[in-house]
Amino acid sequence: MKEAGSPSRFPSSDPQLDTARHYETPEGIALVMRVAGPVVRAWAWAIDLAIRAGVYLLISIPFAYLGGIGTAGTLIGFFLIEWFYPVVFELRSGSTPGKQAMGLLVLHDNGTPVALSPSLIRNLLRAADFLPFLYGAGLVTMLLNRDFKRLGDMAAGTLVVYRDIPPERHPLPSAAPVALPGDFTGEEQQVLLAFGERAARLTRERRAELAGILSELSGREGEAGVEKLYAYASWLARGR
Amino acid sequence: MRQDRFEQQHLPLWEELTLLLDDLERPRRKRQLSADRYARLPWLYRQLCNHYAHARGRHYSPDLEQQLHVLVLQGHRALYRQGGGGWQPLIPFITNGFPRALRRNARYFWLAAALFLLPALLIGVLCYSDPDLIYSVLDEQQVLDIEVMYDPFNGKPGRLEGRSSETDFQMFGYYIANNIGIGFRTFAGGILAGVGTLLLLLFNGLVLGSVAGHLTRIGYQDTFWSFVSGHGAFELTAIVICGAAGLLLAHAIVAPGQWTRLEALKRNARDALKLVMGAALMLLLAAFIEAFWSSSGVASEIKYLVAALLWLLVAAYLAGAGQRGAG
Repeated sequence: MKEAGSPSRFPSSDPQLDTARHYETPEGIALVMRVAGPVVRAWAWAIDLAIRAGVYLLISIPFAYLGGIGTAGTLIGFFLIEWFYPVVFELRSGSTPGKQAMGLLVLHDNGTPVALSPSLIRNLLRAADFLPFLYGAGLVTMLLNRDFKRLGDMAAGTLVVYRDIPPERHPLPSAAPVALPGDFTGEEQQVLLAFGERAARLTRERRAELAGILSELSGREGEAGVEKLYAYASWLARGR
Repeated sequence: MRQDRFEQQHLPLWEELTLLLDDLERPRRKRQLSADRYARLPWLYRQLCNHYAHARGRHYSPDLEQQLHVLVLQGHRALYRQGGGGWQPLIPFITNGFPRALRRNARYFWLAAALFLLPALLIGVLCYSDPDLIYSVLDEQQVLDIEVMYDPFNGKPGRLEGRSSETDFQMFGYYIANNIGIGFRTFAGGILAGVGTLLLLLFNGLVLGSVAGHLTRIGYQDTFWSFVSGHGAFELTAIVICGAAGLLLAHAIVAPGQWTRLEALKRNARDALKLVMGAALMLLLAAFIEAFWSSSGVASEIKYLVAALLWLLVAAYLAGAGQRGAG
């Protein structure tokens, strides 16, 4: 899911039709946050629903033997879970178990962890987002703005984003460095480095196919072309 | 500088930062590092920002860039966290925050009160004079239930069946779940340009008014009024406050003034939340009174006296608490 087409892999200032949102920090760094769309959030909600149903059962079975006080406990328990289940988890870890499972995280618009008040606002307003049934209003508002915010997110100033995980680092192939002929821009050099880094993730045929695009540069075809590009990448990363 | 040397040189710093940040993400009591190690956190983070900028500017490999970016995001979350993530102190909220927020938004409160009470008053008077009108608000079974509940010979007013203390608890749970839920919905309905808030205020006003008019007409006024007047001080006021919170949101949507709708909504939501949370606490208290006091068999004169004191208390609290040292 994070592998292909992840926009933050190539952070770019070009206006793109994608889900990356930029926020500039006081240090002058442009943070990239990838907002989560309705489908993945619906899945997260469904997982949470199943968990909540389980907790409802766990609460109501022992309380059923306790008479009036038990009924009171059940009703209060249901009430608390209905309204505050997401709040508790958002304050603890930034996401409910359902969102955690889908790799999502709730943040303020400025990329900081959600605090008590915004969390309460976004979760109380679920009552409005849910109307007329099954988050109809929430879905429509999510589709009408570029940050996929439902009504609760708008009032609270929150974003639901993908939790970024550090990429698995693969060492560059250990080819003997060969100096690049001529002048290349930074972007072009980066493409060679990226090709080297992806070595372990590509099949032999795909590697050869990709290297074929640059056969004019390497002057080689097939496997030999691949090796030549690795040599350039090695030179870019390590020098002589 | 070549990428490999850059990585070798700065890896220890990134590792130290990762260690600190991972530790910070654990719950407070499970943290392993001592406080003085965190003193280096801001410096380490700023160094990292520097490295990330270099990595981007020098077009190092995408995986390295991404690795640093994830660490920057994590550091940003830790360093610029707002509100400490903890629960707001409850006592200052009750003594100052809530009543002040309400007085700041008094005009919404009075508007919500009018929307709730005027229709209630109107339908109340009409139901009092027209015996059939109640059936256009409630169905036959509901009217029968209400008549049983407030029958003067029912030892437990406000209840259909059961007079034990067990049902007291049961009803306590029911009042909490039901009434606070209604309060939250009245607030949330405000974001639909106020339509939800308006409908809920009107609907609840009409039901209450028609029941009051009907029961007074058939001569059950003593059981009914002595039952509702006590907890009503908290319950009815709280529902109106939830309505006011909803109207605050609605105002931002309908007439945002000098801000964009989104900005106005965010600004108004802050006060609206204070109102709705304060109202929830009042409803909690109301549920307690309603379950254990209003339904008791105490003489109605005493109930009226207590009710008068409760109304005075609520009015004095909302109008006066947190006046001193306001700023």
